[in-house]
Amino acid sequence: MVGKPQPEPVNGSAKSGPSQSHLAPSSSTLKPDLLSNFSLKSLKLKTKQQELLIRIAILCLVYILAFITRLFSVLRYESMIHEFDPYFNYRTTLFLTQKGFYEFWNWFDSESWYPLGRIIGGTLYPGLMVTAALIYWSLRFLRFAVHIREVCVLTAPFFASNTTLVAYFFGKEIWDSGAGLVAAALIAICPGYISRSVAGSYDNEGVAIFALLLTFYLFVKAVNTGSLAWALASAFGYFYMVSAWGGYVFIINLIPLYVLVLLVTGRYSMRLYVAYNCMYVLGMLLAMQIRFVGFQHVQSGEHMAAMGVFFLIQVFYFLDWVKHLLSDAKLFQAFLRITVTSAIGVGGIALGLGMASGYISPWTGRFYSLLDPTYAKDHIPIIASVSEHQPTAWSSFMFDFHILLFLFPAGLYFCFKRLSDATIFIVMYGLTSMYFAGVMVRLILVATPAVCLISAIAVSATIKNLTQVVRSNNKVPQAGSSKGTGSSKGSSKVSIDQSQPFQRNGAIALLLGAFYLLSKYATHCTWVTSEAYSSPSIVLAARGAHGNRVIFDDYREAYFWLRQNTPPDAKVMSWWDYGYQITAMGNRTVIVDNNTWNNTHIATVGHAMSSYEDEAYDIMRSLDVDYVLVVFGGVTGYSSDDINKFLWMVRIGGGVFPVIKEPDYLVNGEYRVDKGAAPKMLNCLMYKLSYYRFGELTTEYGKPPGYDRARGVEIGNKDIKLEYLEEAFTTSNWIVRIYKVKPPKNRW
Amino acid sequence: MGYRRLDLLVFGLSVSILWGTVFSDLILSKVDRRVDLRSQIVRITSTLKVENDGTNVVSEVLLAFPDDQAKHLAYLAATPNEGGKGKAKDFKTSSSLPVELVVHPKHDMPPALTFYSVSLPKGLAKGDTFTFELLAVFTHALQPFPEKISQAEIQLLVFQDSAYFLSPYAVRAQSLTVKLPDARIESYTRLDNTKIHGSEIKYGSYENLPPFSYSPIVVHFENKQPFAVAQELVREIEISHWGNVQVTEHYNLNHGGAQIKGEFSRLDYQARPHVRGASAFRHLVAKLPPRARSVYYRDEIGNISTSHLWGDSRKTELEIEPRYPLFGGWRTSFTIGYGLPLQDFLFQSKGKRFLNFTFGSPINDVVIDTLIVKVVLPEGSGDVSVSTPFPVKQSQETKVSHLDIVGRPVVVLEKTNVVPEHNQYFQVYYKFNSLAMLREPFMLISGFFFLFVAGIVYMHADMSISKSSASYLAKLQWDEVQAAVQQVENIISRCLTIHDKLEASLRDLSRTGDIQASKAARKAADGSLKELTKELKPLLAFLQSSQQASQILPKVEDLIVKEKDLQERLLAKHSTVVDCYEKKYGGKEIENRIAQHQQKINALTQEVDDLLDFIAET
Repeated sequence: MVGKPQPEPVNGSAKSGPSQSHLAPSSSTLKPDLLSNFSLKSLKLKTKQQELLIRIAILCLVYILAFITRLFSVLRYESMIHEFDPYFNYRTTLFLTQKGFYEFWNWFDSESWYPLGRIIGGTLYPGLMVTAALIYWSLRFLRFAVHIREVCVLTAPFFASNTTLVAYFFGKEIWDSGAGLVAAALIAICPGYISRSVAGSYDNEGVAIFALLLTFYLFVKAVNTGSLAWALASAFGYFYMVSAWGGYVFIINLIPLYVLVLLVTGRYSMRLYVAYNCMYVLGMLLAMQIRFVGFQHVQSGEHMAAMGVFFLIQVFYFLDWVKHLLSDAKLFQAFLRITVTSAIGVGGIALGLGMASGYISPWTGRFYSLLDPTYAKDHIPIIASVSEHQPTAWSSFMFDFHILLFLFPAGLYFCFKRLSDATIFIVMYGLTSMYFAGVMVRLILVATPAVCLISAIAVSATIKNLTQVVRSNNKVPQAGSSKGTGSSKGSSKVSIDQSQPFQRNGAIALLLGAFYLLSKYATHCTWVTSEAYSSPSIVLAARGAHGNRVIFDDYREAYFWLRQNTPPDAKVMSWWDYGYQITAMGNRTVIVDNNTWNNTHIATVGHAMSSYEDEAYDIMRSLDVDYVLVVFGGVTGYSSDDINKFLWMVRIGGGVFPVIKEPDYLVNGEYRVDKGAAPKMLNCLMYKLSYYRFGELTTEYGKPPGYDRARGVEIGNKDIKLEYLEEAFTTSNWIVRIYKVKPPKNRW
Repeated sequence: MGYRRLDLLVFGLSVSILWGTVFSDLILSKVDRRVDLRSQIVRITSTLKVENDGTNVVSEVLLAFPDDQAKHLAYLAATPNEGGKGKAKDFKTSSSLPVELVVHPKHDMPPALTFYSVSLPKGLAKGDTFTFELLAVFTHALQPFPEKISQAEIQLLVFQDSAYFLSPYAVRAQSLTVKLPDARIESYTRLDNTKIHGSEIKYGSYENLPPFSYSPIVVHFENKQPFAVAQELVREIEISHWGNVQVTEHYNLNHGGAQIKGEFSRLDYQARPHVRGASAFRHLVAKLPPRARSVYYRDEIGNISTSHLWGDSRKTELEIEPRYPLFGGWRTSFTIGYGLPLQDFLFQSKGKRFLNFTFGSPINDVVIDTLIVKVVLPEGSGDVSVSTPFPVKQSQETKVSHLDIVGRPVVVLEKTNVVPEHNQYFQVYYKFNSLAMLREPFMLISGFFFLFVAGIVYMHADMSISKSSASYLAKLQWDEVQAAVQQVENIISRCLTIHDKLEASLRDLSRTGDIQASKAARKAADGSLKELTKELKPLLAFLQSSQQASQILPKVEDLIVKEKDLQERLLAKHSTVVDCYEKKYGGKEIENRIAQHQQKINALTQEVDDLLDFIAET
């Protein structure tokens, strides 16, 4: 193709029909034409192969692009695990690769939730760890001596690349291969997805979005073909999803809802029956193999919709059969009424009985908080305290979706114009996930594939229409120009359809606009990825006075100090955010961690942190605490420290221990740490540990000593004396401070 | 402390009383000992002048150390003293005298002593003298006292030795100098003839002492030196014949000095680091070989960003700072790694290759309790032998690394109590065939090759299970139909190229006016078009007979008809134009004549193209 410069673009364009046709008239003119010597027609035969080649090339490029755009953090920092939860995943993966699967499955972790411990095998989704371990083992088998950390760091980008492939096939299934390609390209760089899948973000979501989209694609394929094989594949996709992420509940509710919608709109078919039954029954049985999920599919309220629809579709099938046997329409109507009433009655009674007897558990708090965004705020402070569980602001939609936000409605319009089983599915997926994305910031992730797919339909359909307009009118100037330059015998009578003179120019302008928007999207995505989503959050970077990069590596400094210089059985108390990191990097036992399964235990820690030192000492003694770790940003101006999280500790502690009252820490409803702060605030453990000896330090030129840069005030209690604890270690920028709990005094 | 001092005293007394007898003919006529206490490593340099007082020829000299000193002895070397004393001595040169541990000393030797024997270059006859220098290096010989200090305190150390040279021989004249760091001296044992000059304490000289004389001395002094002790250091030296020697060093380091007690206050440490943190050390300097590249410094939880690297043509200096300042008793662990050019360290001799590399750690003044050096040779190397300048424990293992099948042979050398004096070259000899280097690239290439072959086989293989099912048969038929349609397309496109040729001949005609040539071209075109039409017939018949083709058949038939029409029109146009030329009509006339044809031709071409596109897309 390289050697033929001129014919190439003609044949290169995917749909070469109209553009080919204009060559014939031009060659019929008798002007000397170098091109005519080339065998255009013989090239044209390979159009299909060329299209395939181009499609595969684009897919490969998108695949690589999706991977490398996620490597910013590795290049900027290093190959490391990010944030909080990934550290737990990394620790468990390490355990899995070292000890094997059975040890992993039966692992009782005594290093967390001291003194309760945690049954790891029964309380996690093992999909991610098993995936990483399998990749690791197979690489080892192929004799690539990689470290498990590298595998873990690159798992998310690898699966993001795979997701682009699934997006392509999904797009092809619901629209055409063009839309598939656009979808793959869009999802490869969409910030909403990148936020959870950069290198190092070794979290469940990294593989779960792949599994989610794969399950949906396979199910839609199964519905479209009615093939058992595809339904079976989708059941396995569902199994993988269940093993990877708690978000599988979305699948098990969306698919029944979709089936219900198809039933209601009269699109019931044998294909649907086969697909849903196979997928549901097998998927349920497979999902039960995951210990953390267990019998929830038959016992929990969140999964009942799927079961209800399962029975409903049987009733539909039965009615269909009866209708087939009964020729009398009237009789059938009567029968229909009786059957439907009794089915609904039986279902309702069964559900009621199940609920009443406690066999079917009611909905969990997290599920409620999805349906009612205010629920968590009122009832479960621990869910509300997590920043990623907050309702989404408009700006973050814009940030994560950019132009997709405007293309999404356009795509919906195209979907409604060409309604089919597949487009109904993508419309439902898009609408429900957009709702959930509005409820919780982190669920933008779930909405991203749908938004990308629907936007891809809009982009692809629009561009296709526009190019068709441009191409069909292309003949006009070509023929015209050939007439102008042609010889005396030039073809004179070429009739031209001049009905819409501005159509072509308009189309070209629109096309240029579309490309401009898409290129803006690409720049925006790259910028967001590089600036916002590629920070490991464990290493903080700032710009120094001379524009040089200053690195605050205080977290690792503290964790490594813990790892090396405390007794191996030391128990560390900290707020739960840092639990996973302390166990993974510090290798020490923690009281609470990010797996917030025991609210009381967390409340106890909150209670200790918000009490006076002597009261806190009793609590810490009862918990066997040896060290207390607090995060403090007053020196560097790091704002997500424990003082800023303190009100949540008070709230969560107060939820279980009513001794703790939020108003005690506030002055006129205002949270402050300076001289005007509440006395209880100034003397509680958290305050003392954060500001111990801080009053002697001058942090900023021209400010009094003890000036807190994170909050911009001079602290209120500069003379802090510790009686039951002593400073054991403070990192170089004071971000992490560790205190040792002194042994009790001798009684004599 | 107190107990130990008493023990030594008792021990010393008993030694001098019970074994006061003359042991040998040898006499040490002069002993000068200089003890260097300026770092954590105790270096005792002695100049010994031996004289044979007996009749027998003596060829070795015994050296005695108390057992509890001997277990801290890391390095012992003797060199003959040529020329004046006080010169810089090189104890690593080949001229050094062999020193050996005496495993079974004679029965009349006192217990709790360890003996080493120095072999003299030639036997000493009666009355001969011989002078040699002795270097003894001890680790962990300095005890912190008090053992625990707070952050602000400066560590104090205790050193114990004997004022007299402990020897199985009588000593005629001797002296001892203790060199201390420039700091306060808390206390020291005062004996006769004790003098102090600045930071030097001088004992002696003492004359005519019997064998096994012992007089304990204790020096208690301030020392701010870092006590970097590596409990374990694993150095892995991996040879790649592609041009790299990769060195990876895993340190397990602690501060072996006085332990910190009470609080560690960052505020104090930041405000006055040299007062409130005097005993801590912040950084270490590793002197790497020149041209070291891709240096890294990390630990189990990631990269450590506090390090600096300088390099010139003679050395590379890496200053590493642990994550936190190391106070007494604190530990840390880290890994440094670097690559070195192969040609600097790998040589050939007698058909064998050998690696010439330093044994100890590149970090200054670090005491290593256990040093394990692993030399990873390339896969396929054999006949491995090691030569070291001092005895080490040797073993072999295999390491499986990138693209290895059987694994790489690894030579493991283990030694305890290693000091910078051990930084000597050792050699690993092995045989390796250069062709074996190509194995791994070849493996990769063949791996990809088989991958693609598998892909091709998969694309061409028929994977369906049931060969007789209806859908399978239908698929086969559909494939045949598609092949036939493809052939039809081929033929049509060949026809179209012939049409182009006709047009081209017309253009030639307009340019050259060669009527005969264009006539010939028309004839040729006519012939080949007829042939092609003949070829089309069986294909069309097949398509008509096939059920699967029912959908596409009308279009194909339409295409063929249209194409036929196009052929006729073109030929007609051609003959018209040629006729006109023969009759020498003007351009206008010709244009008028063929206008009708041309219009039709354009329309037909368009239709044929559309049909072809349509068929290609199904």
